[in-house]
Amino acid sequence: MNMSIRKNSGPVKWILIGISTIFLVLMLILPLIYVMATAFGDGIQVFIKAVTDEYALKAILLTIEVTIIAVLINTIFGIFAAWCITRFQFMGKKVISTLIDLPLTVSPIIAGLIYVLTFGRQSAIYPYLQQSGIKIIFAVPGVVLATIFVTFPFISREIIPLLTAQGTDEEEAAALMGAGGFQIFCEITFPHIKWALLYGIVLCTARAMGEFGAVSVLSGHLRGKTNTMPLYIELLYQGYDFTGAFAVSAILVAMAVVILILRSILEDKGKTEGE
Amino acid sequence: MSEKKRKKRRVIPGFGLSLGVTITLLGFIVVIPLCSLVVFSAQLSFSDFIETVTRPRVLSSYAVSFQTAFIAAIIDAVMGIIIAWVLVRYDFPGKKIMNGIIELPFALPTAVAGISLTHLTTTNGWVGSFFDQFGIKIAYTKIGITAALVFIGIPFVVRSVQPVLERIDLQYEEAANILGANSRQTLFQVILPEILPALIGGFTMSFARGLGEYGSVVFIAGNTPYETEIAPLMIMAELQEYDYASATSIALVMLLAAFIILFVNAVIQSRTSKIVSGIA
Repeated sequence: MNMSIRKNSGPVKWILIGISTIFLVLMLILPLIYVMATAFGDGIQVFIKAVTDEYALKAILLTIEVTIIAVLINTIFGIFAAWCITRFQFMGKKVISTLIDLPLTVSPIIAGLIYVLTFGRQSAIYPYLQQSGIKIIFAVPGVVLATIFVTFPFISREIIPLLTAQGTDEEEAAALMGAGGFQIFCEITFPHIKWALLYGIVLCTARAMGEFGAVSVLSGHLRGKTNTMPLYIELLYQGYDFTGAFAVSAILVAMAVVILILRSILEDKGKTEGE
Repeated sequence: MSEKKRKKRRVIPGFGLSLGVTITLLGFIVVIPLCSLVVFSAQLSFSDFIETVTRPRVLSSYAVSFQTAFIAAIIDAVMGIIIAWVLVRYDFPGKKIMNGIIELPFALPTAVAGISLTHLTTTNGWVGSFFDQFGIKIAYTKIGITAALVFIGIPFVVRSVQPVLERIDLQYEEAANILGANSRQTLFQVILPEILPALIGGFTMSFARGLGEYGSVVFIAGNTPYETEIAPLMIMAELQEYDYASATSIALVMLLAAFIILFVNAVIQSRTSKIVSGIA
């Protein structure tokens, strides 16, 4: 033990820490500082004006709406899928878990593309959608669907390893004593997974808020209608309104920092309760 | 065994409901859209497909995507090991912050990262002006694309190597040391083999993610045809012209590449875990 401590001190340690710090400051922290500096560089008034612009507010509201729907659906899915996969043996389980993870490996642009192919003009169901007046592509439902797709595995992936490790003994005992499914979940399963579940929700929120590629394909960029915050930022940026773009970005940066802090709190809680 | 399984299924309630919800949502969100991709691809004529994916502009976009994603994944692998090592083995002030900030690329929207990195690295940006003195341009070149992909991929490597490093018992290193190994031998013959599967896994994830990345790259790339056009951008361009056939053709090649990368990774992972368990 002594030896390893001695080995760990000395110049190598500080060189490696130095390299890591320089890398992280350059790659991760500097962009954050830059966004904030540019957003507030022309004074707080300019910032407030940029983010209270009519279209900016609409983009913020749409982002909140889309994020809430996506997180809600993914939470429901995550819990049921994790329960189903870890608590029962059945045929096709491997297929299901592969399909759940699939959105992680698909490029966001391709995710957008497959929805365009499903609901767009050349699709077989397009005439029916048109008859019943449902718009999915280049409308809010498309944006919601794309966001659900890219964040689909986020919550189930956090819970499944925990439930697998925990085993099914406690639930079986409860069931034998006559507890119902809902009661078992609330009183036995939920306390084990609550921090992991919250952690998954936080991750899911982060990604849902910020999704760009897939949403960009499906939104049609209708200002004030289907523009989420990242798309609105792109619009401002391409119109050379850099202060505006960075002002709206600053909100997302603040959210990202909050999410990182929440994440580390939740991780600590999960660890201390796990021990 | 099968009797036990059947019993288990009966004991815990909720099988029908949870399977039903899972399959319904999975069907709507993942399976049906994927099927429509398959159906649509089947309607493409093979000669059109080949014609589309061998256009010089598309070919060079594939080349740009693969080059930049590969180099970025290598940089991520090297930096990822160093950072994971520092986080696991050393104590220093600010360690907790460093550990927390690693996941920033997951939490920060890619478009925000994109515009910020672009402005930093243009010739009059904070970082770009420094490199410009040496004649190195970052924004709107492949270096810029690589930088954005390094940003996106770094958490994948750190987060897959870190837990494995944490589990390695210091005893192995001490044993190697006592047996007369110098620190380089210890690093390459004791530690590296242990973390190699995790490292390859992290490398693969960041490579695959880099191939498909769009949001952070599209701003910094400048999107000059044949020079800095990435494959996802080509798909996007075809979509904007409502040329779904070309978009799908280009996408199919990218999907195939992603699946091959993941498959190779899976093979390597199962090989190495067999070797490790074979020794133990």
